[in-house]
Amino acid sequence: MSIEVRNVSKQFGAFNALKGVNLKVETGELIALLGPSGSGKTTLLRIIAGLETAEQGGVYFAGEDAQDRRAKDRGVGFVFQHYALFRHMTVFENIAFGLRVKPKNIRPSEDQIQKKVHELLKLIQLDWVADRFPSQLSGGQRQRIALARALAVEPKVLLLDEPFGSLDARVRKELRQWLRRFHDELHVTSLFVTHDQEEALEVADRIVVMNEGRIEQIGTPDQVYHHPVNPFVLNFLGNVNLFHLRVGGKEQNLTPVYVRPHHFEVHRSPKEGSFKAKVQYVNPAGSMVKLELKTEWGEVIQVEISPETFQQLRLQKNEEVYVDPKHFAFGGDYAI
Amino acid sequence: MIKRLLLFIVLAYLALFLFVPIACIFAGALKNGFGVYLKALGDPMALSAMRLTALAAVIAVPLNLVFGVAASWAIAKFDFKGKNVLLTLIDLPFTVSPVISGMVYVLLFGAQSAIGPWLTRHGIKVLFAPPAIILATIFVTFPFIARELIPLMKAQGKEEEEAAATLGASGLQTFWRITIPNIKWGLLYGVILCNARAIGEFGAVSVVSGHIRGRTNTLPLHVEILYNEYHFAAAFAVASLFVFVAFLTLAAKKLVESRFDKIRSRSVV
Repeated sequence: MSIEVRNVSKQFGAFNALKGVNLKVETGELIALLGPSGSGKTTLLRIIAGLETAEQGGVYFAGEDAQDRRAKDRGVGFVFQHYALFRHMTVFENIAFGLRVKPKNIRPSEDQIQKKVHELLKLIQLDWVADRFPSQLSGGQRQRIALARALAVEPKVLLLDEPFGSLDARVRKELRQWLRRFHDELHVTSLFVTHDQEEALEVADRIVVMNEGRIEQIGTPDQVYHHPVNPFVLNFLGNVNLFHLRVGGKEQNLTPVYVRPHHFEVHRSPKEGSFKAKVQYVNPAGSMVKLELKTEWGEVIQVEISPETFQQLRLQKNEEVYVDPKHFAFGGDYAI
Repeated sequence: MIKRLLLFIVLAYLALFLFVPIACIFAGALKNGFGVYLKALGDPMALSAMRLTALAAVIAVPLNLVFGVAASWAIAKFDFKGKNVLLTLIDLPFTVSPVISGMVYVLLFGAQSAIGPWLTRHGIKVLFAPPAIILATIFVTFPFIARELIPLMKAQGKEEEEAAATLGASGLQTFWRITIPNIKWGLLYGVILCNARAIGEFGAVSVVSGHIRGRTNTLPLHVEILYNEYHFAAAFAVASLFVFVAFLTLAAKKLVESRFDKIRSRSVV
């Protein structure tokens, strides 16, 4: 089912959470709402679910106005950041809840419920925890149960609010790939909220970058990463250095330029277009060696080089090097 | 050394203010023998006072249960203007002397009040009759359940209710299947405290009761009357009932508390 958000605004007291947001999600897409905290992404998700009401604008499911439909009638599955599992029910009962509260005439029989819940437990590879209580499970397990619970009622739309936000880094990565595979199997229209750009880039078909209640850019991971439309998107998706370069060799022509840390080349001797910098800090841990350099005019930049280059150069703290930005963006063009 | 000193102080304090009085109650109650003790309890006036106290508690506690759940539900799970005012109002009976609470009802329903003459004309007796006693009991005990539930429901948040809604549950289904099971131990705890206070209330009830023997005397008032009339043994005998109620309340409270703590520790993620 497609979702359309038309000109939605929302205020909390004096705070404008959303300022005229427009968004169209096609059937079967997996969309990431990406932005810093306070950017309105969770509010937008909750408005789509019917958990908040917009002051202006509307939400359309498959072209139909959902304004008058309450959360319980919208047929959306919602997965909360802190799982919101029913703490007094077993895992089985949690997943069965949506089926048990259906009106009598469409409620499945006990046998059907048993079958459905066990199918879902198998799908999330947790069929051995059916009789446990949520408090006896790990965060990653709880989040999968929450997902199974949402899927039990066969929603047309799946909404996930920072689904991996409170998990540790490793589980996060695992679940992220799992969600992607999962979506490829089920093809249910899904939106998930995240503030983690890596997560968005890795999982989503399209990314909606939000900031201060507005949408900054909508595009595929490739588009938003390589062709950001403004400095905010550039900054938010991946690290970027903003510093000033002398264009034309004159003092007064200092132009702001943006360079990704891995788009620098570091040399021992000057090259054409390179500038001098001093090594302030070296962090060799990780797949890339991270350097902090101070340019000759006093700006600090973050640079990443491969371990091989690092070994060749044998860099030490306080040494002078020559830095050559290979790709950069300046002026009105933010494509790098 | 310090530990011993502290323990000594605490025990001496407890002995002076708790054990000795309780012992005195039973000593006084049984002074004239067990027969007199039983007779004091079986006295028609005492039985009538027990009935009235039970009636007040049986009406006040369920009403305050409904009120407490509604108020804490509204305060903990919804945002509205005047929420803090409502919170303050709920605390009012805690901050006002019970005697003043009683006086309010005298002013409201008494012969000098605006509706007093109308009530008299229609033969409705509120003041110096069971209705006023029940009203006064409700007033003094209404914060107990709400006060117990508000922090609990606030801490639990409304995510589980929202989850239930997105799964298609109606408001009533959510209330009975999610909200009530989550608060049941806190609710029971509040009911126990509310009930203890409803049974023991003296000040407010004393003002509105009129002390008509066999008609408008509750148990605490009955004890006072017996004592004022120098029936010490009987007064202490009836008072010993309160000691039993206190023990029962403590035991129930302990039981619920341990259950409640277990639930609470389990709910901490």
